[in-house]
Amino acid sequence: MYAQALNVAEKAHADDPELRARFQRRVDAEEKIEPNDWMPEGYRRTLVRQISQHAHSEIVGMLPEGNWITRAPSLKRKAALLAKVQDEGGHGLYLYSAAETLGVSREELVEQLLTGKAKYSSIFNYPTPSWADIGMIGWLVDGAAIMNQIPLCRCSYGPYARAMIRVCKEESFHQRQGFEIVMTLAKGSPAQKTMAQQALNRWWWPALMMFGPSDRDSQHSDQNMAWKIKRFSNDDLRQKFIDATVPQGHFLGLTFPDPELRFNEATGHWEHGPIDWSEFNRVVRGEGPCNRERLKARQKAHAEGAWVREAALAHAEKRAARKAAAKIAAE
Amino acid sequence: MTEKSGTEKTMPLWEVFIRSRTGLSHRHCGSLHAPDAEMALQAARDVYTRRGEGLSIWVVPSSAITASDPQDKDALFEPTASKIYRHPTFYEVPEEVGHM
Ligand SMILES: [Fe+2]
Ligand SMILES: [Fe+2]
Repeated sequence: MYAQALNVAEKAHADDPELRARFQRRVDAEEKIEPNDWMPEGYRRTLVRQISQHAHSEIVGMLPEGNWITRAPSLKRKAALLAKVQDEGGHGLYLYSAAETLGVSREELVEQLLTGKAKYSSIFNYPTPSWADIGMIGWLVDGAAIMNQIPLCRCSYGPYARAMIRVCKEESFHQRQGFEIVMTLAKGSPAQKTMAQQALNRWWWPALMMFGPSDRDSQHSDQNMAWKIKRFSNDDLRQKFIDATVPQGHFLGLTFPDPELRFNEATGHWEHGPIDWSEFNRVVRGEGPCNRERLKARQKAHAEGAWVREAALAHAEKRAARKAAAKIAAE
Repeated sequence: MTEKSGTEKTMPLWEVFIRSRTGLSHRHCGSLHAPDAEMALQAARDVYTRRGEGLSIWVVPSSAITASDPQDKDALFEPTASKIYRHPTFYEVPEEVGHM
């Protein structure tokens, strides 16, 4: 994630067809594109948007789970949840760093989030009313994130790919701790099992929407595939997730809130009923159950953390001044 | 793009290198913003060594790194392709001699 200082973009040749062709040949040959390499402006813009949205999602994603840290049912669960939420903060950092290599500053990116200009994954605009929701987030939301992120480890942009490799190494713990929470509830008292089932009913459809609009309606796909920012279509990834997850749910004795869900012997895939994209669009537009709350929480955290940043800077200055004074005294 | 924003002016960017338990050299693992070297070390410890990744951390101001120019890539790295005599496989050792 080297050195923004070197990042002199050559805007003058932004659309030079020869440079574009050479760039595409490098991408086709599976070469990694690095921060100071020539790249089309559209490639840069797409990556800044995608990586920063991804970073914002990690940061906002800490909120629904943070809601349960103080109320986790045991010390073991609390320690695990705290570690997971801390990991997500780290994921945000890796991704912001990757975005910064493309010439945007951290400050701009944070501001885009706080002013509501930037988007983040819609899934985090759903509430977590019960402990079972924490299990569902780990099992389904992190599970879906893993499906999305594994192909991104081979993304053509080097810093993004490297950040995703680190992230993916940490995600598997998240999914397993979530599954274990759900399993404990599913094997518990009838009331606990009901709690797990209700949480699954709440999270299943939003989790499927995490893969984004159907290929039939997705605008960016073709170019992103050619640039190898994307490796699989939204619908392909969604299908992979469903095929992996449905048997896990059945193993737990839970049912999925989709009357049309059925296994197709011929294709070997689970087929699902229609997804309510009007709900997805509503949440993306800012009308989900928690959009306002999430943004407010981030704004509050940023404002209330201002004194920490100021104090750290003042401390660094004081230390530097003391060092300089000691050096003069010694001479 | 070359203009430095407020964050970068006040909170410089640091590159983080970690030496793993395996005894290999320090290896670049990521970057972070921090007001000074000590706080950069602290933050690097918090974020990049959460699972026994290493035994030693270096933090280096990103601005202190001099990198080769990607435009020079061919000039710098192509010539070695023709120097196959730098590899052990270039030399023939009769089978009877055994492993060497
Ligand atoms: Fe994450
Ligand atoms: Fe996660």
